[in-house]
Amino acid sequence: MIAVTKLVKRFGLKTVLRGLDFEVQEGEFVALLGPNGAGKTTFLRILASLSQPTLGEVRIAGYRLPSQASAVRHNLGVVSHLPLLYGDLTAEENLRFYGRLYGVQELSQRIDEVLELVGLSSRRRDLVRTFSRGMQQRLAIGRAILHDPNVLLFDEPHTGLDQDACDMLDRLLRKVAGQGRTVVMTSHDLARVEDLASRFDVLSRGVISASANRSKLGKSNLLDFYRQALAG
Amino acid sequence: MHNEIHTAEHKPTSNFLSAVGAVVWKDLAAELRSRELLSAMLVFALLVILIFNFALELDPQTRRVATPGILWATFAFAGTLGLNRSMAVEKDRGCLDGLLLAPVDRSAIYFGKTISNLAFMLIVEVIVLPVYSVLYNTNLFNPGLIVVILLGSVGYVAVGTLLSSMAVQTRTRDVMLPILLFPVVIPILIAAVKASSGFLQGLALPEVMPYINLLIVYDVIFTAAAYMVFDYVVEE
Repeated sequence: MIAVTKLVKRFGLKTVLRGLDFEVQEGEFVALLGPNGAGKTTFLRILASLSQPTLGEVRIAGYRLPSQASAVRHNLGVVSHLPLLYGDLTAEENLRFYGRLYGVQELSQRIDEVLELVGLSSRRRDLVRTFSRGMQQRLAIGRAILHDPNVLLFDEPHTGLDQDACDMLDRLLRKVAGQGRTVVMTSHDLARVEDLASRFDVLSRGVISASANRSKLGKSNLLDFYRQALAG
Repeated sequence: MHNEIHTAEHKPTSNFLSAVGAVVWKDLAAELRSRELLSAMLVFALLVILIFNFALELDPQTRRVATPGILWATFAFAGTLGLNRSMAVEKDRGCLDGLLLAPVDRSAIYFGKTISNLAFMLIVEVIVLPVYSVLYNTNLFNPGLIVVILLGSVGYVAVGTLLSSMAVQTRTRDVMLPILLFPVVIPILIAAVKASSGFLQGLALPEVMPYINLLIVYDVIFTAAAYMVFDYVVEE
């Protein structure tokens, strides 16, 4: 579903990604781990077609970036630590706006489904700026799945959330990932992702330095695996 | 497994127009609620013409000569305020990324933002003109002048929307927009002032037409140029 080959990204003289290879099969949930500044967000922005690679090849759902960016965007839903929502519009108006941009058919019905899924049906007519951070993040997930994408990209979605909001977000992430979607989520919070992902990749020094499936790794070994990946 | 029947992928023209309409609707709906942008532009514009009124103390003859300059200086400064705010709203909550993630031609976003910025500027102008007429005791309800204001505003907003999308990505965005914008819109401001002056002084249409033509050419060229380069301007 996602195939990245020898990806290089430079900002001026600084090289952030150094020939990164990355592959995700359909239905996989990959946690992309790494310390601050490792290039996780840069990598995700390239996958999201928001930034262009300096070198290398990126394919998502069979389409190549950046030449087939529009087709890729049809297949992508993105959630970052910013909600990408308009505070002066209601929850329903935000979804209606994005639904029109994505050309979603039977939009009213789809908005009802999505609001129900993220647990915000009762707040549909409230302005987003009156929402708590956790509610905004749930609505952001609703926005990301509104057009029913095959691939979801989550960039540190737990940032700024309290414990309860994180737990609620995790339940929602499991629900949307469990519908057969392919998910890539960046995080530096191991405890948070160890129950969510099916695979753990560590991004360090501009490449994927280690990769392990959850079934092989075992829950208690994630921290050791991560430390070894950074040390190696 | 989720289904894939929800999106329409094969109607580029209707998708383009729908995306333009969506951006315009979003901007107008949000502004109707907050009134942040319009109130800032309006208060600023009214203060400018009030200050000019007290500062210049013009006799009726000089007023007619000075009016086009004062009007266009007011529109230009208030317009810059609106353009900055309009794009800052997109940047502050990451919404610009939300727009860029949509599978539509990015020029649809440009045209949507341009149309809503033009609507805000025209609303301010519609309110400022009668206030100016009363304060300066000058009749501004001249069809020719209205056409000039419309053409001048289109050109100003077409360039301003493009440059504000560049300026908003810099750390000094509030200062950067006027620095980038004013040198580029000098031709349009000169043509608009000259044409407005011609109509207010009762000159014949052929004498004013060169400036009207300049405004039309400027509008077409800069709208086309912005359409072509917007994708590259917003690209990271």
